[in-house]
Amino acid sequence: MSSTYKDLIIAMGRVGILGFGGGPSVIPLFRYESVTRYHWVEDEEFGEILAIANALPGPIAPKMAAYLGYKEKGAIGAVISILAHILPTVIATVALLSIVHVLEFSKSFKDIIGAVMPVVAVMLGQMAYEFGAKAIKGLGIIVGIIVLVLSFIMLNVISIQPAIVIFLFLVYGAFHFKLRNKFLNERGK
Amino acid sequence: MIALFQLFLGFFIANLLGYGGGPASIPLMYDQIVTHYKWLTNAEFSQMLALGNSLPGPISTNIAAYVGYQISGWWGVMIALFATIAPSATALILLLKILQKHRGSVVVKGMTLLVQPVIAIMMLALTWKMSSDSIHSIGPLQSIIIGIVALVTIVKFKIHPAFIIVAAFLYGGFVLPHLS
Repeated sequence: MSSTYKDLIIAMGRVGILGFGGGPSVIPLFRYESVTRYHWVEDEEFGEILAIANALPGPIAPKMAAYLGYKEKGAIGAVISILAHILPTVIATVALLSIVHVLEFSKSFKDIIGAVMPVVAVMLGQMAYEFGAKAIKGLGIIVGIIVLVLSFIMLNVISIQPAIVIFLFLVYGAFHFKLRNKFLNERGK
Repeated sequence: MIALFQLFLGFFIANLLGYGGGPASIPLMYDQIVTHYKWLTNAEFSQMLALGNSLPGPISTNIAAYVGYQISGWWGVMIALFATIAPSATALILLLKILQKHRGSVVVKGMTLLVQPVIAIMMLALTWKMSSDSIHSIGPLQSIIIGIVALVTIVKFKIHPAFIIVAAFLYGGFVLPHLS
């Protein structure tokens, strides 16, 4: 699907303005705009973008905006997407810090952020479920569950850095189909 | 000129060393902004953080913009943002271009597949964290009510999440303060 700069600005601006609750809360919004609504990428590619964006240093959201913009409209698209994503809140930050009493402002915002949190939680949960289902479908139910449990242990029980876990899974993934075919062939003999 | 160069260097280093997204690089930013260059005092930094947490959008770019503005006006904003975003955005585009080139190969197919369970678990952990933050902030009853409404409208009726977020925003602004 061909898209215009206007689509990029609307989508990335919307993600930026609605992304309450810090970095990760915007991931389902990015997915909604780029996969569900505008069909710029498939879910599989979105997974790759997210994984590699996570493994690279620096903020995740502007990087994802940059790639999606680049994919649709080249380097200029990347710059426009980043600007649409960050400019509204950048300007708000600079303006507000010079005029409002921050502590009172953030106190009155506490309920608002609080009310948005369950919505974000639902979107994150939906994404967890859908990527889990995809993993099980792609890997088969037994291997799928083993891999999910393994990544849970690595990320949340022994708390290995996500960048390292992603790297390890990417390395194994590079050999996955070769190993699987070998295994299946040997069993077939 | 020196100020701009220092801005570039400070934000470049803080973000280069910060793995795991914006929030992970906040302590590193603090180190550059308050400890090393003394662009802001400790109190100013906490104020900025409080505001950054209330506003939408990525927090590290909001911080970069504010500090850049304090030091050198809009030029400072541009340089600090550039140092924060450009290096890793370029790296992401290059790496994904390489993957795109070999999309058909079993090597890339396997990598794409194996990344999915890691994402599922990362999202699961975030769901957990966001849910407990929410219960902490507005209590279990309100969290569950809003959560169920969001679940039904987003998953079942497939309404654009933007509407639900705006609705929650208004609910939190106008209704919640009167309930407590």
